[in-house]
Amino acid sequence: MTAVADKPHLTREHMLDLLKQMIRIRRFEDKCAELYTQEKIRGFLHLYDGEEAIAVGIIPALEKRDRLVTTYREHGQALVRGVPMAAVMAEMYGKQEGCSRGRGGSMHLFDSAINFYGGNAIVGGGLPLAVGLALADKMQGNDLVTACFFGDGAVAEGEFHESLNLAALWSLPVLFVCENNLYAMGTALARAQAETDIQKKAACYRIAAEAIDGMDVIGVEAAARRAIHAVRHTRKPYFLECQTYRLRAHSMFDAQLYRDKAEVDAWRHKEPIVRFQAWLEANHMIHPDDVPRMEAEIDAEIAEAVTFAEAGTWEPVEQLARFTYAEGALPTSR
Amino acid sequence: MVEFRMPSLGADMEAGTLVEWLVKAGDRVKRGDVVAVVETQKGAIEIEVYQAGQIEKILVDLHSKVPVGTPLAIILAEGEAKPAAAVPAPPAPLPPTIPAPVIAPTAPPWRPVAAPVPPTAPAAAVHAASPAARKLAAERGIDLSTIAGSGPGGAITYADVERVSTVPAAAPPEKRKVPTLDFTAMRTAIAAAMARSKREIPHYYLDHQIDVTACEQWLAGKNATLPPDNRILMGALALKAVALAARRFPAFNGFYRDNKFEPSQAVHVGVAIAIRGGGLTAPALHDVDRLPLDELMARMRDLIQRTRAGRIRSSEIADPTITVSSLGERGVEALYGIIYPPQVAIVGLGKVLTRPWVVDGAIVPRSVVTITLSGDHRVTDGHAGALFLAEIGKLMQEPDKL
Amino acid sequence: MQQEAVQQQPVQAGSIETTYREAVREAIRDAIKRDDRVFLMGEDVGRYGGSYAVTKGLLAEFGPERIRDTPLSESGFTGAGIGAAMAGMRPIVEVMTVNFSLLALDQILNTAATVRHMSGNQFGVPLVIRMATGAGRQLAAQHSHSLEGWYAHIPGIKVLTPATLEDARGMLWTALQDPDPVLIFENVMLYNMTGKLAANAGPVNIDRAAVRRAGRDVSLITYGGSLWKTLEAATTLAAEGIDAEVIDLRTLRPLDDATIMASVAKTRHVVIVDEGWRSGSLAAEVGMRIIEQAFWALDAPIGRVCSEEVPIPYPRHLENAAIPQADKIIAAAKAVLGRA
Repeated sequence: MTAVADKPHLTREHMLDLLKQMIRIRRFEDKCAELYTQEKIRGFLHLYDGEEAIAVGIIPALEKRDRLVTTYREHGQALVRGVPMAAVMAEMYGKQEGCSRGRGGSMHLFDSAINFYGGNAIVGGGLPLAVGLALADKMQGNDLVTACFFGDGAVAEGEFHESLNLAALWSLPVLFVCENNLYAMGTALARAQAETDIQKKAACYRIAAEAIDGMDVIGVEAAARRAIHAVRHTRKPYFLECQTYRLRAHSMFDAQLYRDKAEVDAWRHKEPIVRFQAWLEANHMIHPDDVPRMEAEIDAEIAEAVTFAEAGTWEPVEQLARFTYAEGALPTSR
Repeated sequence: MVEFRMPSLGADMEAGTLVEWLVKAGDRVKRGDVVAVVETQKGAIEIEVYQAGQIEKILVDLHSKVPVGTPLAIILAEGEAKPAAAVPAPPAPLPPTIPAPVIAPTAPPWRPVAAPVPPTAPAAAVHAASPAARKLAAERGIDLSTIAGSGPGGAITYADVERVSTVPAAAPPEKRKVPTLDFTAMRTAIAAAMARSKREIPHYYLDHQIDVTACEQWLAGKNATLPPDNRILMGALALKAVALAARRFPAFNGFYRDNKFEPSQAVHVGVAIAIRGGGLTAPALHDVDRLPLDELMARMRDLIQRTRAGRIRSSEIADPTITVSSLGERGVEALYGIIYPPQVAIVGLGKVLTRPWVVDGAIVPRSVVTITLSGDHRVTDGHAGALFLAEIGKLMQEPDKL
Repeated sequence: MQQEAVQQQPVQAGSIETTYREAVREAIRDAIKRDDRVFLMGEDVGRYGGSYAVTKGLLAEFGPERIRDTPLSESGFTGAGIGAAMAGMRPIVEVMTVNFSLLALDQILNTAATVRHMSGNQFGVPLVIRMATGAGRQLAAQHSHSLEGWYAHIPGIKVLTPATLEDARGMLWTALQDPDPVLIFENVMLYNMTGKLAANAGPVNIDRAAVRRAGRDVSLITYGGSLWKTLEAATTLAAEGIDAEVIDLRTLRPLDDATIMASVAKTRHVVIVDEGWRSGSLAAEVGMRIIEQAFWALDAPIGRVCSEEVPIPYPRHLENAAIPQADKIIAAAKAVLGRA
């Protein structure tokens, strides 16, 4: 994506690409769930089901040289951004062929080649980092954009407010993307925030802000292009609240005692893939064999990624201490 | 055919309890269908199936708690025929528990093998000593119990050890880490000396039994007032008596060299000391005839410890004018020694035994010790020897005068 | 006062009379002038001139892009420093005091210290964080902590404690060259300290301890604000015939084991002076390393002089009693020598 226009190009090719990207994330997450139940993936696993439209709508609108900061629910962002699926899967397995050398796992995907500054397991922990990246870009006088993804839970953290204030005060090129899925782990937004209108909080810091339907990939894409364009050219922050829903539990080990099955089912009928596919069908932009073809391609890619991960190797224990500090730096004692 | 297993749902989930089946044998399922509900520590969680096919058989009953990974059901893929052997093998029986070996109560208790101990005195009391002090003491073969400490709380410091240790006269510098006594060399020397003694000195032997009850009684009284480290032993009384007798009978106190006898003005009594590991030496206590008993005892103690630690001086080796040998409590009734040339006599002390004795016409138990004399017949004869031994016996009847 | 000069440039004839504060200021000026990537940000560093007047005049000299006043957002601006470092700048983040750094602890530990290892060496954080530390100005419990020992617990960062003018002047540049995060702790009682500094004083190493006073009888191992009390104690001890060796650790992570153990091998007696609270202190770490590496050389148990296990109180006499003082150091030295 180079030239940014306000309106997306609604060609069939582009539409199918959006759909495929979302399905690709969905099926990848599904495979991760399966592998987790088989104990191939360990630790914590946070899946993106239902939120795909946000990553797919926003990230392709960024340039390769722009920067991304994400959360522990970042598989979707990583895949859309271009971290190779095999490297992501190997990372989930903990193999050293993974994108973080196997050391991070699901919550800590990093890829410096594509300016992917990590998943982060501390809620709100990435916001100051994003502010700093943008500060460097401002001081270096370039026109890069830093996109920072976080959830509604981060809004409660002091770092959210400190970061928004700094970004506005210093006029930093940050696109703040709040993926408001209505729950911070098991705490509903209304139980955590006196003011549940999240984009309003950004407006209080004098940051241009809007709330959009995060289930509508076209809508998200359009808003993203506007926002990124604004950040890049005004060199001011922008706040995009994307209203969405998490179809799966917070993580694998979650009995979802805090929400109704009926509520989940209601959202399942509005989720982005179902919705977009229906819209494409209604507008005759999709053929009956398009989705099966995509799914087959995606499943093949996933199968290859799993094979790659299975065949991957464990980082030798002797390497444990490597890269605690930079190598070739000043000599250090133990 | 695929086994649907109890899934791992969390890093700390080890097992789950099936509380509801949402499918039964024969139902068709597709990937993503919820097929059961599992109760976990966090609550009831629906579990989904990742294979498409038909439920062939449910394997686990409701309300059973099973570990993660346990097969819960069999799913046949689409178009797959039922397996001929319908029932999967039951889980392999656990290997029979091997009964723990019973340790026979009569098994002999393990005894630690005594490590080769550097020749220091056995650790009767543990003295606080710094690691540096201990290391230095071990290197120099010093017995820590002989050192008074000047560190915190009376602990022995490095400086304390340095102060008491002197450079060993006989030790070659390369052997600093090893005790300065080389037993092979020592035994060779002993062999040579003893062979020469037997070759050159015409020995005669006399023995005499001495009632030492008076000595014992006197010692008991005296030692009651003394701390354990200062108590006087029977051996000291014997040494003093021998020394005083040697003063009166100078023919037994001196050296035979160049075909003549040189009596010694001083009485330096050689004390035969066995060294752990097989060594034997008889360094001198000087001027024993003039030493008060408690000082004689202290010097004897010191000499024995230093000897065992390899810290004797060359003068002590060369100076004895007469030697006394005793095997102590582990000894025998009578001990006949071989004279150490160029000395001319050696007195042997046996064990103190309780014997029936005649006192004032009555038979009473008395403590009796057999004392022997091996004499150089070139210098003395049996008559003189008898008088010498009798004198020792007489002196030991009046221990308070020793 | 100083023993081994650890500067990279030879000391020349010209020297200036200056203060620790001015030495730090000069280090910052020098760095900003030499490297376009360097900038400093923190609370009241600009218009106010720095809460300890370290940065006085720098805003006027370098402008608001290089000397950035921040809001009271320790986590925010420390994280921003981390991000800026990851994107090519060389920031100096000034956290006003270690007491407030607790608000930034998550960013320091969970981002700065972890990113390189966690990302498999894809990203590093060449960030310097300067903080004031220590007690002695009757600022009471919340403003008097010495937590540099805590920070020294964290792998992935380096922890410096300059106690001399040379180190105040010279450690910053070396720290800025380091590809990994470096924390510099400046004891509040040192800012006013005066002394002579070579006119051409420059960068110094940040991985070696220094023998500030050679001695034979006891090793007094210390750092930061306690160094001068320890040297004072050594002078008093010398008059009583006890020849103390004073080691200035200079860096708490990594610790310079070689210098420490060489001293212990020589003197066989150790007292560690540390303004942190005794339990789980840096002194405990140094003591344990000595046990591990120089046990057989010791002639007495290791002594420690640390802060009392109390929140630092406000009244002067209680504050003085709570933190290490020369008389306690002297007593501890005598105790390990058995001359109490």
